Amino acid sequence: MLPYPLLTVSLILMWMLLGGFTPGQFILGTLVAVFASWAMASLRPDKPKIRKWHLLPKLVAIVFLDIIRSNIAVAKVLIFGRSKTGRAGFLSIPLEIEDRTALAVLAIILTSTPGSAWLEYDQHDKTVLLHVLDLLDEDEWIGLVKNRYEKLLMEIFA
Amino acid sequence: MMGSVVDIPLWGAIVVAFFLLIGASLTLIGAIGFLRLPTFYERIHAPTLGTSWGIGGIMLASMIYFTLSSERLVIHEILIGIFVTVTTPVTLMLLARAALHRDRAENDDSVPGKFRNDRES
Amino acid sequence: MSAIIIFTAVSLAQLMIGAAMAIAAVRMFRGPRAQDRIIGLDALYINAMLLLVTFGIGTGRVVYFEAALVIGMLGFVSTVALAKFLMRGEVIE
Repeated sequence: MLPYPLLTVSLILMWMLLGGFTPGQFILGTLVAVFASWAMASLRPDKPKIRKWHLLPKLVAIVFLDIIRSNIAVAKVLIFGRSKTGRAGFLSIPLEIEDRTALAVLAIILTSTPGSAWLEYDQHDKTVLLHVLDLLDEDEWIGLVKNRYEKLLMEIFA
Repeated sequence: MMGSVVDIPLWGAIVVAFFLLIGASLTLIGAIGFLRLPTFYERIHAPTLGTSWGIGGIMLASMIYFTLSSERLVIHEILIGIFVTVTTPVTLMLLARAALHRDRAENDDSVPGKFRNDRES
Repeated sequence: MSAIIIFTAVSLAQLMIGAAMAIAAVRMFRGPRAQDRIIGLDALYINAMLLLVTFGIGTGRVVYFEAALVIGMLGFVSTVALAKFLMRGEVIE
């Protein structure tokens, strides 16, 4: 009946955010969402498998704090210029996660955090090419990506 | 325009003004960096200031203002926030890959080469 | 009092976002390469979206929000199409 429950619920929520929280909008939105998720089912995308729901708030909190921190850091770099030892540079990091959804989430986290951008991912070597604005210590960045985000993502999308 | 501003509590006005100015100044700082940074790969970092807290701050200000002035919960601005957060990485990644592709095609030494298996195939 | 605070903040925010839009437009015209122009366009539409939201706060109307959403969606699609064009030389393969 409902192949993608998460998609259906978020579509209904979006419909009601735009149209107002009334019973009529709820019925209309549910109809549209159900048909849309059937249409999505005929495309057969991979289903994301979320194992540990209780870790999601932790991830969101970590990312939120990091975005604030790196906003301040990048704003400093842009206004006052870089510290003397810092430079911009490319960085390639070997990754262990293979789940597509987890990779997509990691890409969104790294790109929307100012100061680091995800350039390309190689499926064969399982490495990702990043560009970092203020690269002081390569190992520090590799450790940050691997310990702070990748471990948590691997636990969530096992 | 000033006459159309509905009166809301003073603390609300201060909070709204705070978030508005934070968002707008981060956007401006991002734009200045966008002009000053020397290479393309450094420049792709600058707009992310505007798309993370620039948009977040203005979105929060709008949500708080409309919630206070219409006395009901108005949170549809969060749709813009979610939409921008999800789409910015896609556009930046595609653009960066296009730039890498073009630079590699011109044998630019400042960009890292393709991964090994790409060259073989 | 609160009306004055909001009015001042909205005007200042609009000035700053307007300046950011001007800078993005400068980058769009100066280039130097095609990808720089596209990223300038990307920054330009995101700032236009922000400007519309601040207009919404200034006038107290909700219609600006919908315009902002439409600009965001069209801008995203156009940037993706342009990036795809740079990569392959054609949009639809």
